[in-house]
Amino acid sequence: MRTNDARTLYEKVWADHIVRPESAKTPAILYIDLHLIHEVTTPQAFTLLRELKLPLRRPDLTLGTMDHSTPTTPVGSLRDIAVVAEGAARQVAQMETNCRDFGLELHGFDSKHRGIVHVIGPELGATQPGKTIVCGDSHTSTHGAFGALAFGIGTTEVGHVMATQCLLQRKAKTLELDIRGALARGVTAKDVILAVIGQIGVDGGTGHVIEYRGDTISAMDMDQRMTVCNMSIEAGARAGMIAPDDTTFEYLHGRPSAPQGADWTAAVKRWRHLATDADAKYDKSISIDASTMQPMVTFGTNPGMVIGVNEPVPDRREPGFLKALDYMQITAGKPLSASAVDVVFIGSCTNSRLSDLQQAADILRGRHIADGVRMLVVPGSQQIKAEAEALGLDEVFRTAGAEWRESGCSMCLGMNGDTVDSGRLSVSTSNRNFEGRQGKGARTILASPSTAAASAVRGHVADPRPFL
Amino acid sequence: MEPISTISSRTVVLPVSDVDTDQIIPARFLTTTSRDGLGKNLFADWRFAADGSPKNDFALNQPEAHGCSVLVAGRNFGCGSSREHAPWALLDYGIKAVISSEIADIFRSNSLKNGLLPVVVEQDLLEWLLSNPGINVELDIAASQLRLPDGRQVTYPIDDFARYCLLEGIDQLGFLRQHDNDISKFEESRSWTP
Repeated sequence: MRTNDARTLYEKVWADHIVRPESAKTPAILYIDLHLIHEVTTPQAFTLLRELKLPLRRPDLTLGTMDHSTPTTPVGSLRDIAVVAEGAARQVAQMETNCRDFGLELHGFDSKHRGIVHVIGPELGATQPGKTIVCGDSHTSTHGAFGALAFGIGTTEVGHVMATQCLLQRKAKTLELDIRGALARGVTAKDVILAVIGQIGVDGGTGHVIEYRGDTISAMDMDQRMTVCNMSIEAGARAGMIAPDDTTFEYLHGRPSAPQGADWTAAVKRWRHLATDADAKYDKSISIDASTMQPMVTFGTNPGMVIGVNEPVPDRREPGFLKALDYMQITAGKPLSASAVDVVFIGSCTNSRLSDLQQAADILRGRHIADGVRMLVVPGSQQIKAEAEALGLDEVFRTAGAEWRESGCSMCLGMNGDTVDSGRLSVSTSNRNFEGRQGKGARTILASPSTAAASAVRGHVADPRPFL
Repeated sequence: MEPISTISSRTVVLPVSDVDTDQIIPARFLTTTSRDGLGKNLFADWRFAADGSPKNDFALNQPEAHGCSVLVAGRNFGCGSSREHAPWALLDYGIKAVISSEIADIFRSNSLKNGLLPVVVEQDLLEWLLSNPGINVELDIAASQLRLPDGRQVTYPIDDFARYCLLEGIDQLGFLRQHDNDISKFEESRSWTP
């Protein structure tokens, strides 16, 4: 029997954080459980707090790191930092001052937990089911993989959360993506989300919070689920969520910021109630068959312009489509394997976790990257770097001719000096193939770690499956 | 934030869909610690050639675009990164309103908090606006109306609270801080703590 109070995962987390309900006149006041901050989108918010003489309301619910403009070459301390630009150095220095002045925890250069903000939240166990999590970064959607309501905000809202631990929000619509079928060999979470964006479009999720469901999703480990939720914003969605289950709990158990002992038991009991009720309704539902998916690559200048790795680039006449192909210097009707690759980047909040690095290493082990290719491997956090080194992955990468770096956002957005030169073609495991994203004039093809590594070996865009 | 009630301007037209915030303000300009001065780098890679000279074929570089404060752009404007530097750069350059058939969620939210008006219109009207650059339009914030030179008056959707804040020049932080007691009560009453 259908009951009126059946609710979706999103509706449950939303309702649990309402300080003041929304009305026609005013948005809801939504309480935020975890505020992640980094050096690029916070300076102006700290300035506001100082101007208004306000404290940071909940330093205990605020977690800071430095990732966007930091170098991926070794840095001992800020004193010997070789941050690329004066502006970046000033920004990093100000982040340290701000965190000290306002009394919040910063995982700076001396911390073994420093890393990409969306990697360290889960790694520390600070990201938990049922929490509201925000950050001045659109890829905050990553944390939705744990059944958290997590979304990116602007710097003004960063200031709101700093001052009040709350945001003014209107409830979003819900979009169910029911993804079913076993993934074929060589097909990864990255391929799934690229295929999904190709199907629903880069604005297919606008105004909505996506819930990813179905047996394809429940079979994924947490690294894979994070890759899927990470790119929700690339479909225009405010957030992406996955109901927490035993896979989620197993990942979190024992992590430093996760509940311990009796608190853990109570938390798991609470988290089990978060899943969408059987009779709950979504505003929109789409079914997707994952069993026929292939390794995917983008060919244009947004993540929705995507094809199977061996498929020919579509031939369309719209001005925007032609503009994208012109920028990419790619010919319609031909597969991308015709395109010589200059740079391969393994990293970013999408694909820089240990299993991503393992996927790439599996292809590179005993092989060497092609002449003329530069390959950069940037782990998502210092902890992942240490884990990868314990497994000898750094040696696999170095022996194959790749550069093994310190953690950070790096070449995903090229703020830290790790850039792709103008006109060069990059195969990247990051999330955005926008014009100039990896450096002015750089051309970007998005792909999975396996496809990126295979492309490095071949020297052109390549199907990873023959390597497996 | 200054109160705004009307915006009257000729339109400058950017007939491109899915304009992302990396185009509006490329990442290499985000190392600033201030909100000011970003306008000079607005659409930097579309506006300027490698030697820094203006590209003549770009909309904002046309002589008739000078002084225009209403930007009309293709569907899904402002997608991608949450950087508030995008509306800061547009405002610093002199753009006060953006008209499109769809405006990305985070960009829209950031715009409203800075007094940049996001105006969403039907696709048909957008196409008409895109093919008629330079017309005079008037935006009436109180009435949520876009007025065209041929007398058409089109109502656009906007959240009541956001409109009120624009009209009064109110910072939303003030509203949140008025509810400080509610926030404290909420923190004390929770059955679990983060």
